[in-house]
Amino acid sequence: MTMLDQPSPATPLLAVTHLAQRYTLPRESLFKPPAQVHALNGVTAQVMPGKSLGVVGESGSGKSTFARLVMALERPTAGQVVLLGRDLNQLSPDDLRRARRDFQMVFQDPYGSLDPRQTIARIVAEPLTALGRIDRAGLRERVATTLRQVGLRDADMDKFPHEFSGGQRQRIAIARALITQPKLIVADEPVSALDVSVQAQVLNLMQDLQDEFGLSYILISHDLAVVDLICDEIAVMYQGRIVEQGRPADLFAHSAHPYTRALLDAVPRARAGGVRRRRGAQAIGSQASATAGCPYAPRCPLADRHCRETAPALRNVADAHLAACHYAEAVMALPPVVAEAG
Amino acid sequence: MREAPLLEVKDLGVTLNTSRGPAQAVRGVSFALRRGETLGLVGESGCGKSVTALALMGLLPESAVISGSVRLDGAELVGLPDAAYCKLRGNRISMIFQEPMTALNPMHTIGHQVAEPLLRHTGVSAAQARQEAIALLDRVGLPDAAKRVDAYPHQFSGGQRQRITIAMALACQPDVLIADEPTTALDVTIQGQILDLIAGLVAEHGMSMILISHDLGVIAENVDRMMVMYGGTVVESGATDAVFTRMGHPYTQGLFRARPRLGARKGTRLKTIAGTVPELADLPAGCTFADRCAIVEARCRAALPAVVDVGGSHGVRCIRTDVSMAAGGVGA
Repeated sequence: MTMLDQPSPATPLLAVTHLAQRYTLPRESLFKPPAQVHALNGVTAQVMPGKSLGVVGESGSGKSTFARLVMALERPTAGQVVLLGRDLNQLSPDDLRRARRDFQMVFQDPYGSLDPRQTIARIVAEPLTALGRIDRAGLRERVATTLRQVGLRDADMDKFPHEFSGGQRQRIAIARALITQPKLIVADEPVSALDVSVQAQVLNLMQDLQDEFGLSYILISHDLAVVDLICDEIAVMYQGRIVEQGRPADLFAHSAHPYTRALLDAVPRARAGGVRRRRGAQAIGSQASATAGCPYAPRCPLADRHCRETAPALRNVADAHLAACHYAEAVMALPPVVAEAG
Repeated sequence: MREAPLLEVKDLGVTLNTSRGPAQAVRGVSFALRRGETLGLVGESGCGKSVTALALMGLLPESAVISGSVRLDGAELVGLPDAAYCKLRGNRISMIFQEPMTALNPMHTIGHQVAEPLLRHTGVSAAQARQEAIALLDRVGLPDAAKRVDAYPHQFSGGQRQRITIAMALACQPDVLIADEPTTALDVTIQGQILDLIAGLVAEHGMSMILISHDLGVIAENVDRMMVMYGGTVVESGATDAVFTRMGHPYTQGLFRARPRLGARKGTRLKTIAGTVPELADLPAGCTFADRCAIVEARCRAALPAVVDVGGSHGVRCIRTDVSMAAGGVGA
């Protein structure tokens, strides 16, 4: 145990600075350099201990790449991921393996993420056994405790994944993440594969665990309502950049980026008199071609020449509220996209 | 004036052969769909909504036992030989599937796949079918349709692929379109575009549509009437506005309350439905929702409750609507 394991409230649990990731596409021509995809383009974010960050955006926005880099599953092209004061990409492989006890991941698909040939006990114990030797009796005790924490029974230890429903499997995946007593859990779409009634159970469990253990979550989701429920801060990503960031209430009541407004507007409302709200067809910009201007300009109803020529920087538009839009103030002055009643 | 229904389903039942023995996947489903009408089917996995759709399409495995009646324009479809069904599928009844990635054949160009129902059902020449395919792809909003007609599915994004499957489903201008979770695999912004596209095409051709979704929001915004399914039975049905104004069945209410919603404060507890979805192989004798219901009584478990009309052909399969719909009820 070092001093760094007990961060004071003022130091962030996780600090990500100017994180960028480029992937090289297969070469299309012998004589041209292969094209590159800028999956992540200079992302800076912090997570305070016990607080949670939600990351929303469409597919291809870079939110899963962000999760993989925070989990140190890939080396970034540029930038830093600092957890509890240590740069994860500067650690030796051995140190990194030990450091992993502090950050764990829950994946989207509870069917694909659990090995069908292993018992629940082995699956849940694996992060712990990977950290070093531990005696068998103690290990089973830890597994039993963790299973009870996620609402499963001790008797479930010797079963196999196929004996469980989707919601129970996601509980097992959460137990596996919890067993090392991490400070941060990165959850990539943890409930999107689940039915509505089961989704509610898992979301309630995630909230309970946060209250009990003071965990932080990085919650990656396309569902704004899910992120709103769990997170203290939300980052909206578009083409590898954070285009708006702030507290959920500010973000939803006074969206400062047209993209955030478009996302909110697209959520279907479950209520009587749900008249179809027509949305104009929008062309989707290509990721591979980096243009000089704002990446959202081709889809933006407010875009003008200035937007197409100069990319806006992420800037403060209000207290703890950032947006990357030249016209953020004008967007904030628009009437809010009606939040769902009830 | 009431015209005869285009599609009339009466007491449809499907028994599937599973490893755990016969399972009653669908029981007593009845509805009528007039030309130009849209019907939503909502429920969680295993509730029987997709099996109902497959039964209408004649796509269930041979081991499945189908009872009841499905009439399209008065002609009976249950028990129709496969050769006759082949003349209907893709021609008068079409389906859009959930996964555009797997619904398209990766080995054929998209032009070939969109033209296939035309060649099979209309007797046009290959050249005409190709021209028609380009026009269809253009209509569903695929950019540069004429140039990209010879491209393969992997060269398109998820939203574009779903547009291609819609073009396939609509090629022969079917009377009935069944869309099974057409936007579940897509981003929320693309979802809006695809639903707009489907709504536009349905209105343009005067088609009838059955939209299957687990998302109450998608149902609320897109269909005239809706049916809520649970455990293979329809537990609530009626005009979409009527159901959302005053939900009658405890399951519909539970489903509505369990959704996280925008603007709820962080830390809000979601109201869950206790228990889990029953196994179709061993459904209870009485109400399928009895084991999870907060207002269950002994008589609920005795027999499957009959449908109670709570006004304006809004039907609820519950014997305790006096309690469930009292005190304001649930609705938006």
